[in-house]
Amino acid sequence: MAQTITQKILAKAAKRPFVSPGESVWLNVDILLTHDVCGPPTFDIFKEEFGATAKVWDPKKIVVLPDHYIFTANEHAHRNIDLLRQFAKEQGLEHYYDVGGDRYKGVCHVALAEEGFNLPGTVLFGTDSHTCTSGAFGMFGTGIGNTDAAFILGTGKLWEKVPESMKFTFDGQMPDYLTAKDLILQILGDITTDGATYRAMEFDGEAIFSLPMEERMTLTNMAIEAGGMNGIIAADEVTERYVKARTEKPYELFQSDADAKYHSKYRYDVTKLEPVVAQPHSPDNRATVRSVQGTKITKSYIGSCTGGKLTDFIMAAKILKGQKVSVTTNIVPATVKVALDLEHERYDGQTLKQIFEDAGCSIALPSCAACLGGPADTVGRSVDNDVVVSTTNRNFPGRMGSKHAGVYLASPLTAAASAITGKLTDPRDFL
Amino acid sequence: MEKIIQGKAYVLGKNIDTDQIIPAEHLVYSLSNPEEVKLYGKYALSGVPPEQAGLPEGNVPFIDEGRFDSDYTIIIAGQNFGCGSSREHAPFALKVAGIKAIIAESYARIFYRNSVDGGFVIPYETSEHLNQIINTGDELRIDVALNTIENLTRKVTYTLNPLGDVFSIVEAGGIFAYARQENLMAQS
Repeated sequence: MAQTITQKILAKAAKRPFVSPGESVWLNVDILLTHDVCGPPTFDIFKEEFGATAKVWDPKKIVVLPDHYIFTANEHAHRNIDLLRQFAKEQGLEHYYDVGGDRYKGVCHVALAEEGFNLPGTVLFGTDSHTCTSGAFGMFGTGIGNTDAAFILGTGKLWEKVPESMKFTFDGQMPDYLTAKDLILQILGDITTDGATYRAMEFDGEAIFSLPMEERMTLTNMAIEAGGMNGIIAADEVTERYVKARTEKPYELFQSDADAKYHSKYRYDVTKLEPVVAQPHSPDNRATVRSVQGTKITKSYIGSCTGGKLTDFIMAAKILKGQKVSVTTNIVPATVKVALDLEHERYDGQTLKQIFEDAGCSIALPSCAACLGGPADTVGRSVDNDVVVSTTNRNFPGRMGSKHAGVYLASPLTAAASAITGKLTDPRDFL
Repeated sequence: MEKIIQGKAYVLGKNIDTDQIIPAEHLVYSLSNPEEVKLYGKYALSGVPPEQAGLPEGNVPFIDEGRFDSDYTIIIAGQNFGCGSSREHAPFALKVAGIKAIIAESYARIFYRNSVDGGFVIPYETSEHLNQIINTGDELRIDVALNTIENLTRKVTYTLNPLGDVFSIVEAGGIFAYARQENLMAQS
């Protein structure tokens, strides 16, 4: 029987030759990811259900990456980090990346990739909805809550309903003004925020396989914004090169069968697409940048698991080189690694850091920061009636702080071009 | 599990995401310390823009000033309830506030799983646009065995979609209780 790549990976994790969409199966979990917001309550549930002295199923398969509320004076947030540290010590978790020293990494989805935890063919569950990001590596990754995570901590297993798959094929060569962010916002406008609920979103086509890993991660990252269970891109030589440079762990490559069944198929020619934004207050409220060009903004924000990777900053630097921003522009590298890369990576003779500083941007320390608002002292948090252009993933009311603010989700090119003019601006005006 | 769930309706629109259910700044409180747990009730649904809070009129507070729980027992909403983040704090906060069941046209996957597996609230689905025909404050009565909801204020009864596969987890009170019942994990 023909299967999609998602079915094949789930079948392997369920130790079965074949699984069908709609059936619930018990999966063996390869990695469980958690962070400072959901880790402490997950550990509480684990202790309550398995006993105060219980040991986790496999300490090597648990990755704890604090990233949400790191650079804040909030005492409760500090306490949550203390609780992570204490549990990691008790359980001997070697993949705990503590805050305040050289172990700290930053935003979990990007750090997972950088540290070689993303392996084709494996199953990852994480207590964060953007765990689907890892699907860019030809693996299954999805978000869960604390109770499900506590169940995995004790048993190494979880039930999941095998999803139907939707296929999105992008033909043609990517123009320089178009980014993975534009592609996923295009899809969201077409299928809406619940268009893929409980389904897999599979990305395919020449344009997708021409993208570097970090851009592929932007696509799979926002599968959840369509309600998708997972986003997935089959691994190719680009994936293998990225993985092998970071780990020697074994992995297995899977591909969808040519005659696999799909819930639906969508096809796009990238040469015909334009830079787009998602207008307030929903990620599916798509408009071409040209159609809203000139809308005044008060802030530009470039950061998060979606838009705070090195490739995002390289794109922003191309626009900002030799320019000055006219509104507050926050550069928030996703990870410590990305922050360091800003100091070394050069565009047109200057480091990215120099380009951003010369343009008048403010560079923050790596964390989730204002993508999800956070405590009151979070850098970049929206206030009052802010109008923000942002490379992040959600723009529901209040997402970045103020309930009265409006957020336009955009590519790093569009966020950078708009930062210069103080108005929504098509990046083609600067390229 | 309760066979009859009765109480007042609180009506919301579609795409009520987890930041509206419990804004991210409040996720720092403990989910086990009783004093801090109360704060999840206090801030439940505090991210909903006022004009969309308590339809059809709006501007109906879910929690009165100074309180930690709500006068409402059942949420009625449109499509895609609970979309957004994976935070289990969302169904938890609704439970702390006193919500026992939600009736929506559809749910985001993680919120749905969290509600069921954590045993917080019962996420019923309906194919009718109940949020357009039930008003905030109407007295409702859900019959769990019959899969019906009666609007006692307006004397109309509607059918709910059966819970299907997840009924046994809901009935057991969550995934741990269910797994023990089915011998899927060691008794503890």
